[in-house]
Amino acid sequence: MSRISVTVDGTTYEDDVEPRLLLVHYLRDRLGLTGTPVGCDTGNCGACTVDVSGASVKSCSMLAVQADGAEVTTIQGLAADGRWHPLQRAFHEEHGLQCGYCTPGMILAARDLLRANPHPTAEEVRHGLEGNLCRCTGYQNIVRAVLAAADAGAGTGADSGADTGGEAAI
Amino acid sequence: MTTAERPAPAVGRSHPRKEDARLVTGRTSWTDNLTLPGMLHMAVLRSPMAHARIDRLDLTAVRERPGVVAAFGAADLDGELGSLPCAWPVTEDIVHPDHPPLAADEVRHAGDPVAVVVARDRYAAADALEAVEVDYTPLPPVLDMEAALADGAPLVHAAEGTNRCFDWPLASGDYAAARARADVVVTRRYVQQRLIPNAMEPRAVLAAPAATGADEYTLYSATQIPHILRLMLAVVTGIPEQKIRVIAPDVGGGFGSKLQVYAEEALALVVAKRLGRPVKWTESRSEGYLATHHGRDQIQDVEVAATGDGRLLGMKVDLLADMGAYLMLVTPGIPILGAFMYPGIYKMDAYAFHCTGVFTTKTPTDAYRGAGRPEATYAVERVMDELAAELGLDPVELRRRNWIGHGEFPYTSVAGLTYDSGNYEAATDKALAHFGYDALRAEQRERHERGDTVRLGVGVSTYTEMCGLAPSRVLRDLRYAAGGWEAASIRMLPTGKVEVITGTSPHGQGHATTWSQIAADVLGVPVEDVDVLHGDTRVAPQGMDTYGSRSLVVGGVAVHEAAVKVVGKARRVAAHLMEASEEDLEFTAGTFAVRGSPEAAKTIQEVAFATFTGHDLPDGMEPTINAGHVVEPDNFSYPHGTHLCAVEVDTETGAVRIRSYVAVDDVGKVVNPLIVEGQVHGGLAQGIAQALYEEAVYDDDGNLVSGTLADYHVPAAPDLPDFVTDRTETPATSNPLGVKGVGEAGTIASTPAVVGAVVDALRPLGVTDVRMPCTPERVWQAIQEARARKGDPA
Amino acid sequence: MIPAAFDYVRPESVGEAVGALAGAEAAGSEAKVLAGGQSLLPLLRMRLAFPDLVVDVGRIPGLRGVRDDGDALLIGAMTTHHEVVADPLVRRHAGLLAAATATVADPAVRHLGTLGGSLAHADPAADLPAVALALDAELTAVGPRGRRTVPAREFFTDYLTTALEPGELLTGIRVPKYDGWGFRYEKFSRTAQAWALVGVAAAVRCAGGRIAEARIGLTSMGPTPVRAAAVEAALAGAQAAEEPVAEAASAAAEGTRPAADLSGSAAYRAHLARVLTRRAVLAAAGPA
Repeated sequence: MSRISVTVDGTTYEDDVEPRLLLVHYLRDRLGLTGTPVGCDTGNCGACTVDVSGASVKSCSMLAVQADGAEVTTIQGLAADGRWHPLQRAFHEEHGLQCGYCTPGMILAARDLLRANPHPTAEEVRHGLEGNLCRCTGYQNIVRAVLAAADAGAGTGADSGADTGGEAAI
Repeated sequence: MTTAERPAPAVGRSHPRKEDARLVTGRTSWTDNLTLPGMLHMAVLRSPMAHARIDRLDLTAVRERPGVVAAFGAADLDGELGSLPCAWPVTEDIVHPDHPPLAADEVRHAGDPVAVVVARDRYAAADALEAVEVDYTPLPPVLDMEAALADGAPLVHAAEGTNRCFDWPLASGDYAAARARADVVVTRRYVQQRLIPNAMEPRAVLAAPAATGADEYTLYSATQIPHILRLMLAVVTGIPEQKIRVIAPDVGGGFGSKLQVYAEEALALVVAKRLGRPVKWTESRSEGYLATHHGRDQIQDVEVAATGDGRLLGMKVDLLADMGAYLMLVTPGIPILGAFMYPGIYKMDAYAFHCTGVFTTKTPTDAYRGAGRPEATYAVERVMDELAAELGLDPVELRRRNWIGHGEFPYTSVAGLTYDSGNYEAATDKALAHFGYDALRAEQRERHERGDTVRLGVGVSTYTEMCGLAPSRVLRDLRYAAGGWEAASIRMLPTGKVEVITGTSPHGQGHATTWSQIAADVLGVPVEDVDVLHGDTRVAPQGMDTYGSRSLVVGGVAVHEAAVKVVGKARRVAAHLMEASEEDLEFTAGTFAVRGSPEAAKTIQEVAFATFTGHDLPDGMEPTINAGHVVEPDNFSYPHGTHLCAVEVDTETGAVRIRSYVAVDDVGKVVNPLIVEGQVHGGLAQGIAQALYEEAVYDDDGNLVSGTLADYHVPAAPDLPDFVTDRTETPATSNPLGVKGVGEAGTIASTPAVVGAVVDALRPLGVTDVRMPCTPERVWQAIQEARARKGDPA
Repeated sequence: MIPAAFDYVRPESVGEAVGALAGAEAAGSEAKVLAGGQSLLPLLRMRLAFPDLVVDVGRIPGLRGVRDDGDALLIGAMTTHHEVVADPLVRRHAGLLAAATATVADPAVRHLGTLGGSLAHADPAADLPAVALALDAELTAVGPRGRRTVPAREFFTDYLTTALEPGELLTGIRVPKYDGWGFRYEKFSRTAQAWALVGVAAAVRCAGGRIAEARIGLTSMGPTPVRAAAVEAALAGAQAAEEPVAEAASAAAEGTRPAADLSGSAAYRAHLARVLTRRAVLAAAGPA
């Protein structure tokens, strides 16, 4: 067992975890934060994408112990004061989801994309989301939603989050 | 109330979805999210081999592991589990072997379940699988359909004495005579590769005994078919049907893969019963690749006979369909659904179809988006391209010469279907205009003359399909064990709010929104006042569930008809309250008014409350305006459309890039354009994926080598183009809403358009076909072979 | 799927990490270095790897970042792909590395995956080993017997196998500056998510319309990344034009041993290597 301290969606948790525990299972099974789903076992689908200290990661491809000390944002922590994030709104308005299983990961990946590139082209959106699979929408309305959110200032707003940091010298 | 005040109808409006709020905020209830007190986790030990005898299964060690509560092999559950069902034995003499949820003596495909372990958490359950001891004696795998039918072939089910599951013929007219009369006969073989459906939510099931200890069970499952599942689980487990409640909570896509009664559903139920505790099982993606049914996998020998000016005389189809190792819920019926679609939208006098179902030692096949119809549409559209090339005709022109004219509906096709309506001319003209057909053809010629290494190709698909999977009598004639009806009921609550209870079971399609729109218009209430309840056999007790693009054309129509009944009852109450005769009442935008004196009015909400109190109702009237309706359609519905695809093919590498894609679909009346467009997009993505990317590949030992999402190429956003979508609207005449269904159209139409475009690009080089998926290597190989045939230097 | 159990340590220094690795080696148990984990985690989850001990080197100070070292760049092994792509020094002096790294997997993977992790994993289908090879990078490893430097040419010894000794940790990568060189990473995959069927990493120095020098590394053309030595030799002094480059590129598959697998046959890979090498060299030699 390893002792970890992780802040998830604004709440700090301290837990003893098995080293092999995947971050996504820590979120789902230990914290009960089931908004982040699991879609594959190879890191391809991206359904489990969350934000770890300012960068999107696939929470199925990270151990909970690796997140020790980190700040994790999940889909459940995106809305502020009951107000949806512009991406949440845009996915709804542009019909960027059908079954919704990929949606948490898509939104977190799109948030990361817009942080780095607040006004992407459609092509850049497609490439920025290449780590996230959707089986329902054919991606067209997802792209439309991300572009709409960009127009609404999602990449430049207060939510855009911290930069990735990590500029340590050798 | 004047017409100016009448609110715009909800039907036809792009109403954003009611479903979205929980989905975009992560407040979801996927089955794997659910946790119950005392819940245990089940893991399934699966065969690592395609075909083997089980010599020994020893669960002693695994039962002693920490955290393990129980472990079961087939023998441990003997008598508690029957064979998994097949509801579509397509012929009387079909070979229908048992399909035990746990293999007892023999495993017949990689992934066949052998044992289950139940542990306190998912990690302990996964670990426990490593401690199960099994000895296998390998048996020969059966992988190739044609080899499987040869004399002396190894058998998947030795006791049956054959790998031939069934033979199913359909004949109409005299094909031999048509062929003899023809100026040209085109014969082709097409291979529908095996596909893996890949709903984003892996399957999961949670079975829970009643907390009271009563012999009653609730089963949550990521299923498309809670109602059918309940019935079938009762049959498989012997638990009385009324003691089983099935709930499909949030379900993350299905595409046919969750139209099934799976071993794990029966196992979780029986194990939960045995242990008296809730038991959950969730598949991993790669486990699902073995355990969740596959789609397609057919070999099509297709022949068309035509006159020299391109009039079709007849068509002949010989089909081999891979069943996989067992017959699952509708496995044998999939190619039979396709049997009716091979003639497509074309007129001809003779049609000869024959399908042979074949057992192999692979994961069973079953419904995957389109289910038989994409295969048929692919074959006819591709062979039409080949006929056009043979005759030197433009492929669109050839289609025009053969399709059913707008004035000819209703039209009974050579396969015996009566198409109620259609306008192929309008859809095609619209598609051609969007596409810029002539300019692309000019560019294509120019590139060819220039000897450009990047060639342009244009593909066309003028498709139709059949939706609704009803009427029930027709299903009887096809030996399908269930009906094609659908149920809905509507409750007007005392406050005037509305609950729609539907027998459909959405998993991404947006029924809550669409059904609300339908009910709101009929009842004259705001869409926001309508809630839709579904997916729980206790809440929506009657239903036939969601598959085959049937939900709107049957279930949506049921909602409409139930709402009409509610208004009819409310009218009686309103007339009584206003002391008017029913005939004198007008019902507009939710208000009953006496014709000619609009000041006397009662809203439907007022009527609902009056009915609740029951203080002043017509004599003898039941105090309710609630109503239910079960729709039994009298025909299938027939969406159609024209899809055009332009591709660029890099002849040096074989890489294919879709340059533009136009889809003009006619799905009849549209309730919610936003949702319809989304369905088309998603359908296109899956059809294009079959054309270019996806294939389930087995090696010579019968191992699934495309066994993970890293090896099975589901397209991501950069792999797909922006689609241009548009519609024509020719209402179906077979239902009061004029709707046709849209769930599968994109998938059915797009595959031949894309492959047709690839072949069209390379036809000047001598290429006449590229096998799907058209991977760069296959395209490159086809070019090399064509060059070799022509004696050109490589 | 779910990893099998393992022990875990998160050393604070290179010395501590090497001690943990050496300790495991001495005890006859298997240790795996966790250097971001974007290859390791899937292997653990699919239970294709069963280490007894995972040594997480992700937080060792000094292993992350890029430093100017005169005629070369020193890149810490734990520098993430994301950081490599964004780093101004890398973009200025080793553009090929930045360009190729930008094609690794997807943004989320690039946030956690590291240059050192990718090189030490030594998957011949991965993009960065061929780049390191093309750029004549040198890899620094620290082990129980101290520090040593291994040229990329000697580092990749077989499929998923490197010259790292048991107990050794890859700490940094020294990439010579390629100022004034043109570059191109030509990656060919079936889908956006698929591994490279073939990748060609080309760096070219031109002078007076001719190619003075070329360095070409090939992805997925054998059990290890390989240099297209025959092409490099044929290009030296050649005109930077379609025909001579195509002629030189026709030797791209010489001496390679491409695998035949689900993604492609050996013959097709060889063909792709020729086509893509021509394209990569022309692009690298073209106007910047």
